[in-house]
Amino acid sequence: MTIDNSTESIHTVEAEAKKRGFGAWLSSIFENKYIGLVALGIALLMPFLIATPYALNIMTTAAIFVVLAAGLNIVVGYCGLLDLGYIAFLAVGAYTAGIISKAFQLPVLFTLPAVVIMCILAGLIIGAPTLRLRSDYLAIVTLGFGEITRITANNLTITGGPSGIFGIPGFLVIGDIDFQNPVIFYYLTVIIVAGLVLAAARLGRSRLGRAWKFVKEDEDAAEAMGIHTYKVKLLAYIFGAVWGGFGGMLFASHLTAISPMSFVFLQSALVLMAVVLGGMGNMKGVVLGALAISLLPEFLRDFSSYRYLLFGILLVVVMVFRPQGFWPPKGAEAERTKAQRELAAMANGLKK
Amino acid sequence: MSPVLEVRDLEIAFGGVKAVDGLSFTANAKEIIAVIGPNGAGKTSAFNCITGFYKPTGGSVLLNGADITGKRPADIAHEGVSRTFQNLRLFHDMTVLDNVRAGMHLYGGQNFLDAIFHTPRFKRSEAHYTEEAHYWLDFVGYRGRRGVPIRNLSYGQQKQVEIARALARKAELLLLDEPAAGLNHSEKQSLLELVRRIRDLGTAVVLIEHDMGLVMEVSERIVVMNFGKEIADGTPAEVKANPAVIEAYLGKDDEDEEVPAHGDA
Repeated sequence: MTIDNSTESIHTVEAEAKKRGFGAWLSSIFENKYIGLVALGIALLMPFLIATPYALNIMTTAAIFVVLAAGLNIVVGYCGLLDLGYIAFLAVGAYTAGIISKAFQLPVLFTLPAVVIMCILAGLIIGAPTLRLRSDYLAIVTLGFGEITRITANNLTITGGPSGIFGIPGFLVIGDIDFQNPVIFYYLTVIIVAGLVLAAARLGRSRLGRAWKFVKEDEDAAEAMGIHTYKVKLLAYIFGAVWGGFGGMLFASHLTAISPMSFVFLQSALVLMAVVLGGMGNMKGVVLGALAISLLPEFLRDFSSYRYLLFGILLVVVMVFRPQGFWPPKGAEAERTKAQRELAAMANGLKK
Repeated sequence: MSPVLEVRDLEIAFGGVKAVDGLSFTANAKEIIAVIGPNGAGKTSAFNCITGFYKPTGGSVLLNGADITGKRPADIAHEGVSRTFQNLRLFHDMTVLDNVRAGMHLYGGQNFLDAIFHTPRFKRSEAHYTEEAHYWLDFVGYRGRRGVPIRNLSYGQQKQVEIARALARKAELLLLDEPAAGLNHSEKQSLLELVRRIRDLGTAVVLIEHDMGLVMEVSERIVVMNFGKEIADGTPAEVKANPAVIEAYLGKDDEDEEVPAHGDA
């Protein structure tokens, strides 16, 4: 076996060198491996810049929206399953946390195991029958399940019917520290959300994450490689559901009141929009998309009644000029270094 | 010892058309078997039956003596069958290395908690995946870049990567569906050499091929199909001399005579 020492990694260096100017500067910033930490740093510093209750409320809501987008990115971005009823999992998480903590007067944090279990169950119940369908059919059925979840919540007594659940106890109290304090709750949310985003990004770069992407690109070829496509899709659904459940738990304790009105189809559409706008499959892009979708309407508030019109125009413009999303996955990885190549050549020579 | 692959009276019908009708052959370890036949003879349908993409309507497929007929593709892959596709089925937006890693899915070695917490086990297993991917790319003689998406590659390179992906499975049985299609002469020569090296790994290789020259040179035995039926099975020399094979490929002398075996369907 000969390995010729020509092309393999030399081109890369040349190509990188040629790409100069503004584009290169911008992409070097975006591809910097510390960009996640920088973003977290900015999020942690924000309360020092503006700490009005209004701003904190907006920022906490945005952080919760980020975790939803991260969860949906597992389902849509990684695994390619178009889910139009994702908000159902936010509802399951929020109602589970709300009902249990109110009934037993428990801090919301203690409902976490129940929230996770209920979301896994919800993922199984919604996923098991629907994931046998492909693309368009799946989208329609998930849309149906999303609505079923909301209407069920609207009609049950345990969920409080149309008026929902209010007076949900605080997140947690330790001594003098009440986590329900807006600043503390903001920090708590940011930390939980950052952890979940990191976990989802790491999942995307693992064996399971690759299996999701194989299924997304070519189900038959994935199956021929020994990947149980149905199981893998169900796992994507369950992970998405659990991320949604975390979002729901934070949502319930942030607002202390939930009602079916919070879980309408528009919310599912907005989360999906964040994923598509940011760049399906790239967790960093999706976080950016989520922040844009949740914060832009606030920045456009000065335009009062025109703000949703402007928001819509902005979205259309982005989709026309960047159909792959603002920040799509890079789709490249490191080449072998010359030393590694020579080592492999030697090892192969020995094996012969 | 039972052969690696044993196909018995395999049969599949789509509506009234029997795409494969009574195909039987065996493949042993360290053996290259070719399945040839004119277009539409049912070669790819037979492959799809063996690998579980079609459910055979009759007959059976045995792998090391165990019946795998009608199992789902992922389970058959698990049992030790690997394949390539007639029209490249690669994961286009993913890198060359990731495509080869797909063949290693069954290695396992990490779970989702390892991935989330980047445990030493996870790092070891990822390093192993990468090392193996490079090894199999070297094995097939792939010399292009490896960290770039597969869609940037030439057709010949994509073919190499697909074979590397199938090899990474380390299966006992490798099915190659028209590996030489679209390759130029020198690429075909290196393919010949590659197929022999795959056989020397101890693998049973079954290949579908149109290129008669290549088939005659590389295979130990040849199975000839026409209209779903098996018309010959033997060494290249035997097959070359078989009148039925000559007829299938070159037609009969007497054009007016109906061929009763094929019918009008």
